[in-house]
Amino acid sequence: MPKAKVETLMDKKGIARAITRIAHEILERNNGAESLVMIGILTRGADLARRIAEKINSIEGVDIPVGLMDINLYRDDVHSKLDQPIIQRTEILFDIVDLNVVLVDDVLFTGRTIRAALDQIVDFGRPRSIQLAVLIDRGHRELPIRPDYVGKNIPTAREDKVLVRTLETDDEEKVVIERSGLLPIDKVPEMKKRKGGKSK
Amino acid sequence: MKLRSRHLLGLENVTRDEISLILDTAETFREIIERPIKKVPTLRGITVLNLFYEPSTRTKISFELAEKRLSADSISFAKATSSVTKGESLRDTVQNIEAMKIDMVVIRHSSTGAPFYLTQCIDSNVINAGDGSHEHPTQALLDMMTIRQKYGSLDGLRVVLIGDVKHSRVVRSNIWGLKTMGASVAICGPSTLMPYEVEKFGVDVYTNVEEAIDGADVVNIMRIQLERQKAGLFPSMREYTNLFGITKERLKLLNENFTIMHPGPMNRGIEITSEVADGDSSVILNQVTNGQAVRMAVLYLLSGKKEEAE
Repeated sequence: MPKAKVETLMDKKGIARAITRIAHEILERNNGAESLVMIGILTRGADLARRIAEKINSIEGVDIPVGLMDINLYRDDVHSKLDQPIIQRTEILFDIVDLNVVLVDDVLFTGRTIRAALDQIVDFGRPRSIQLAVLIDRGHRELPIRPDYVGKNIPTAREDKVLVRTLETDDEEKVVIERSGLLPIDKVPEMKKRKGGKSK
Repeated sequence: MKLRSRHLLGLENVTRDEISLILDTAETFREIIERPIKKVPTLRGITVLNLFYEPSTRTKISFELAEKRLSADSISFAKATSSVTKGESLRDTVQNIEAMKIDMVVIRHSSTGAPFYLTQCIDSNVINAGDGSHEHPTQALLDMMTIRQKYGSLDGLRVVLIGDVKHSRVVRSNIWGLKTMGASVAICGPSTLMPYEVEKFGVDVYTNVEEAIDGADVVNIMRIQLERQKAGLFPSMREYTNLFGITKERLKLLNENFTIMHPGPMNRGIEITSEVADGDSSVILNQVTNGQAVRMAVLYLLSGKKEEAE
């Protein structure tokens, strides 16, 4: 069986540079780090949110609260699956009312994850604004959602898989793409099922 | 990891991994109960029927709230105001309600096996909220969640269940669950309130409360069912209190950092003194809060398990 063609899109240094740039852009756009909080979508969005917060700290010397969020309870496809996804802990240990929330995820694809996250954030309070930072924007949006800060834009086919690996979760740091072009034909229905799902 | 069955009828055949999954999920749901808006949209469109053939305060309200917190539509059935008083059978009742399109049924019934019987007549997911003297799985799950929160794990803990072992479904579910999770379990009560072949539980059996609780970590005190006294199973309430009641003096026999539990409703001054029930080591109200989280977890994990063949 031929293996899918795997390309590395970003290495450790590339990711570090993207995070540094995003941190600067966030500070510029919000005129500093006052009234700023970050919420990362589990699992790798949370890793990236912590990194951005650390970077902002090293630039401005301000500690930004970082929350974690599991969006599975807010998904729009919970009833179309046989088994429910395992829920991880949502930890937002600060008040978000009237603050600027930066939502962080690893890959932006259909936008459905972000829709779920927005709904959940609003249940915690009414922030002044919600901004979206992603490491990779791979297109194929199914909802009117756009990112405010992007590490890298990557044109993809819908069936491609973009995977972000972080040191905290995967013991390695890179972004890879599995091009679907070489995938065996029997894999295709599985890909179709993913449409609208969470997979990126 | 997932649950194997689409029903929760008891803990007797539930594995350690399944119990861990339910308890871990319940921990994440505890956080939702603390939010300003205590509601997530997960079970939108799911309708749950709470079918209570026996009176209940905690379990019924806890299930109803759990359903509402998950955005399910819930309806509650009380036997006294229903056509059951006109003689309608359980099967007809539930099939008629299912014809109005429900997805899950939570049932409490005085007959052992009623939840299992329901799984044979309807397509909905069935959750046992207490059947006769058989099982009360969500109660045991919330007890284990409460213990696990305090000690981190159930492995190797000495847990003593005191009271009417013969008639208590809470004791049975606790025995199965605690043993599966690696706790060392003992039961204690008057010999007239021990079931036949009690040794088949595979737990330590005591009729002397002091011996039973010596060196225990957790004491879970069952309600003495006042109606049993009329049946002559023990001479008097006062004697029961003297022999089996948990008093402050008896607590000295327990391990340091011990825990007192009671599934409710309490008979203060009979199986437990107010001093013990309201003491620092009592986690009775925490049990109630955890109950809601556990029921949310069970509803969540079973929902959607529809098409699967048994």
